[in-house]
Parts: sequence; structure tokens; C-alpha cells
Amino acid sequence: MRLEPRSHVPLWLNFAAPLSAIALAFLLCALLIAWAGAPVLAAYGALLNGAFGSVFALSETLTRAAPLIFTGLAAAVAFRAKLWNIGGEGQLYAGALAATYVGTGLVELPPFLMIPFLFLVGALAGGLLLLLPVILKLKLRVDEVVTTLLLNFVVLLFANYLLFGPWKDPLAMGWPQAAPIIDEGVLSPLIARTRLHSGLIWAVFFAVCAWAFIRYSKWGFEIRAVGNNPTAAGFAGIPLGATVLRTALLSGGLAGMAGVCELAGLKGYLTLDLSPGFGYTGIAVAMLAGLHPLGVIASAIFIAAIYNGADAMSRAMSISNYLADVMTATALLLVLASVLFVRYQPRLR
Amino acid sequence: MDILEIFVSLGFWAALVRMATPLIFGTLGELICERAGVLNLGIEGIMTMGAMVAWMWVYQGGDLWTAVLVAAVFGALFGLLHSGFSVYLGVSQHVTGIGITLLASALSYFAFRMLLPDVTTPPKIDPFKPYPIPGLSELPFLGEVLFTQSPLTYLAFFLVPVVGYGLYRTPLGLALRMVGENPMAVEAQGIDVHRLRTAAVMLGSAFMAVGGAFLTISVFDAFYIGMINGRGWICVALVIFASWRPGKALLGALLFAAFEALQIRVQQSASAFIPYQFFLMMPYVLSILAMIVMSRRAAYPKALLVPFRKGER
Repeated sequence: MRLEPRSHVPLWLNFAAPLSAIALAFLLCALLIAWAGAPVLAAYGALLNGAFGSVFALSETLTRAAPLIFTGLAAAVAFRAKLWNIGGEGQLYAGALAATYVGTGLVELPPFLMIPFLFLVGALAGGLLLLLPVILKLKLRVDEVVTTLLLNFVVLLFANYLLFGPWKDPLAMGWPQAAPIIDEGVLSPLIARTRLHSGLIWAVFFAVCAWAFIRYSKWGFEIRAVGNNPTAAGFAGIPLGATVLRTALLSGGLAGMAGVCELAGLKGYLTLDLSPGFGYTGIAVAMLAGLHPLGVIASAIFIAAIYNGADAMSRAMSISNYLADVMTATALLLVLASVLFVRYQPRLR
Repeated sequence: MDILEIFVSLGFWAALVRMATPLIFGTLGELICERAGVLNLGIEGIMTMGAMVAWMWVYQGGDLWTAVLVAAVFGALFGLLHSGFSVYLGVSQHVTGIGITLLASALSYFAFRMLLPDVTTPPKIDPFKPYPIPGLSELPFLGEVLFTQSPLTYLAFFLVPVVGYGLYRTPLGLALRMVGENPMAVEAQGIDVHRLRTAAVMLGSAFMAVGGAFLTISVFDAFYIGMINGRGWICVALVIFASWRPGKALLGALLFAAFEALQIRVQQSASAFIPYQFFLMMPYVLSILAMIVMSRRAAYPKALLVPFRKGER
């Protein structure tokens, strides 16, 4: 088999390819469910029900989607510029740490200022954290994949130190958690008696902003140009270094806001289980969306549904909820391959 | 305990050699992949998979050496999967690698949970015992440090010159290095680029999996979630630190193991002044520093990250 570039890509293929990849992922994971000894259709039924079956289930799915939109955007924006930011997890915690620092009493503003302020602070922290590996990449050609990955561990250990040490809330009965965010900074709930909060609206808002920025602004154009062909972009007079730095601030900033979203919307205070790997899952979200900021909204809801559904499924039929991770990873790999078949035509010799 | 006291203690040096073992396996494995032009970021997940299957094999009543083999086979299979995407389809090696890591670790945890559904404390196995080499283990100091180790540690140290010899002194090694520098030249020699790269990634991944297996069936006697804990990523940094040379990879692994061994011992004595979390950060911070220090001299294989498609420039 050999691959030939397509001269013309039919529109339907752009949608059919990733959708069939996701269908194939479900099919492959059915094998695992069968191996676990559960009826496949009933298991997928429980998954669907747990994800969308009731107002509460739907609200839980959307609650989980909010931080995934942020981390998915972070990955999408960076990958667009071929900046391999795998440090979303660390940037998320950096954002949450910074928001905890200013949001637990240091700064007091009325709610309509306090919430944007927290997002800004979180974004700054996340952006600055990514700036370090990116400067190393630009100045010394140090590979950013490894440095961003390693920084995840450093930031998490730093948070661990703060929560077991100076930031430990004496009122938390010995649990490692920081003092709560002041009331003015808490994201308001959207539906009564659910955990869904206005972080979702912020996430969608930033997704639209990111889309408009990438699509219509000069800087957004430069990001796309640098990602598609850095040599050509350089010849066209686009400042490579500055563009990559801007991308880094944007990408790290979005990941940092994911931390603020979870902190101010869901938990109310910083803990070490603030994120069950949202930073890493964001990569899958971005790839499933074809790195399109608006697509990120849909794919974040889809991935959140898988995780929530898998939780419900594991309660109903004792299948480990690590199945959600398997499904996400399988979908990620298959979508990656499917995108190739959009651009290339497989030909049998 | 004083720093000096640590340096003269036999236990420290023996721990150093022990802790270097998974890093040696992982770094050699990553090095083989990268020399062939494929960055294998699946390492973290492949190590997890190796750790899980080897442990599970022994737990189900299998033999220790067969467990090593099983881990290697599983590693090679994930290497095959990796190259299916990164070599044959030629899609992004970064995303493929992250995908493989997510998949391999998720599958490991899933299988572990499904095979042992109702255990709360991790069950234990009988791991490899230190095997004193007759004669050599009687040597003062060196005997205890180098020659009273797990058989897998001897294997790791033995593999360093083997990989070095294979890469630099055999026709296959020459072809493997060439496919990482100039795949077109390899193609011109009538060698199948895709097959050669796939073979390299499979071999490298087998090494990584054995490195993971060492943790569960030699150092510890149990498997638990998140036990690889970034060791795979450290190996990726070590390959850069080693400038893609097996000898230097050994040096780097030993250096890092020294810090790990030192960190545990200093932590116990100095934690009154410095919180232990900062000691735990050391390997990661050091990896970044090592990459910065070596960055000016980093001579990447020229075709690293570049997919090869026949007839395409």
C-alpha cells in the first residue's frame, strides 16, 4: 500500500474520517468489555445513560467538559503552531496555585471584577510557566516536549509542598487543602442542585475568542503560518520567535484558566486531586477536534461523556473505569491516523 | 546522616547501581529508537505495561525469566503499534508517542483492575533475589556494590557494550544509524526503510518494557498505579544528555541514580530544614538542567522526527 497526496479533499471526508475513527474505537473497546465478561450493548447503554441519561448526568458531563475545553484549547492553539506543549497539567496547577494565592483574601474585589481577575492571574501563571521551556527551545534548541512534561512533576510536587506545608488550611481537619476562595471569586452555579457552574460559559466564551483570534487576527494568522511552514513564514517576514512566544503565553494561559475554572467553580479550594489528568486529556480533546477551537467544545463534551459514562458503567457492571482512558487513547490514535487519510489517498499497488 | 558518611556507605553505592538499572534499560531503548529516526514518547506507558505484565505473569505462577521475556514481547508489540503510526503512516511522532503512553498505561491499569478486582492492598510476589557472582562478590567494596545485584542489573550493564558494539561495529548498526540520518541513502542501498525503523522501534520498546519489569519483579514485589512516575520521561532527557551514545547513556543513568539514592538518604536527615518535596523534584529539575547543559553540543540524528515516504522529498 502506498499513500498519494489527494489533489482535492471532499468536504464529507473531513467529517466522516474522524467519526469512523471514533466508531472504530468503540468497536475495539467492545472487545475489552467482552473480555471483562459484561454484555457489550448493555455496558454501552449504561455508559450512554450515565453520560446523558438525566438532567443530573448531563450536568455532570458538562461540568467535566468545562476544564477539558480549556486544556483542549491550550493544546489546539499550541499544536497549530507546532509547539508541542505537553505541560497542560502543570500549567493547570500553576493557574490554580496563583489564583489561590490572590483569591483567598489577599485581593478583594466585587464579583464582576474578582472572577475575571482570577482568570487573568491564572492565565498569567500558566503562560509564564510555559514561557520557560519555550525560551529554552528558541535560544538553546532544548526540546520542549520533554521539558514541559518534566515541569508537570515539578509543579505538582511544589503544590504538594504548599498544601502539606505553609498553605495547609488549619480548618480542614488535617486534609491537605488550602483556604477556600473568597465568596466574591466563586463561579455561580448554573442549575440548582447540580455541580454545573458558570465556568462552562467562560470556557465556551474563550473557545469562541480563540477561534476568532486564530481565524481573523494578524497574530492568529502568523501562528497558523508558523505551524504550517516556518521557513516560508520566515521569508514572508513573520517574526518566528515572537510568534512562538505569543503562542506559548496563549496556550499556557488557557491551561492555567482550566485550573481557575476547577478551583473557583467546582472545589472552592485547592487540593491535590484538582485535576485527574485534564492536562493530558486535553491533548486528546484537541486532536479529536482537528485542532479547531470550536470543535474543541464538542470534543470536550464527548470525552467528558466517556469519562462520566464510564464511571456510571463501572458502578453498574464492575468494569474498571480505566476503560475511559483506554477509549480516549484509542480514539486519539485512530483519529490521528484518520486525519492522514483525509490528506492522502491510500493506493494498493 | 552526614553527606560524607553517605558517600562511604556501601548501601548508597549498591542502591545507586540498583536504581540505575531501569534507567539504563529505558535510555538504551529510547536511544535505539531515536538513532533510527523515531522519537518514542510511548516510553512512559511501555514501561508501565512491562511492569504490569511481568508482575502479573509471576503472580499467576509464571517463572521470573519468562516474565522478563513476556514484558519484552509486550513492549515490542507496542513498539510495532507505534511504528504503524509513526513509520508506516508517518503521522506526528509526538502525538503518536503521547497516544501510546496513554493507551499502554490505561490498558495496564485496566487489565490490572480487571484481573484482580477485589484486592485493596497490592498483592506481592517473590521477586528476583540478589545473585552474588562467585568469586567477584568476595572483593572488598566492589563485590557488594557491583557483584551482589539482581540478575537483571547484570543484564542491563551487559547490554551497554552490546548495544554499542551493535551500533558501531556491525553492518546492521550502520544501517540503523544511517536510517536516522539519511533514510534516502538507506533506500538507495536497497534496504527497506520502514522495516528497519520498525525493527529498531520494536527492539527499543522491548528494552523499555524490561526496564519497567525490573521495578516490579526485582526492586519492589508489587505493582501499583503510577509507579513509573516520570522515569520514562527522564530517560528521554538522558538520551539527549548522552548525545545518543550508549556509553554516555550508562554514565548519565548512573549520575541520575546517584542523585536518586542520595536524595532518599539526605531527605531523612535534612527534612527538618528542607521539605522532602524539593528532594523529590531533583530528578526532574536535573533532567531539565542536563538538557540545557548539553544543548549546545546536541547533535540530533538528522532524520529524527522526519517521516519517510517513498518518492516524496
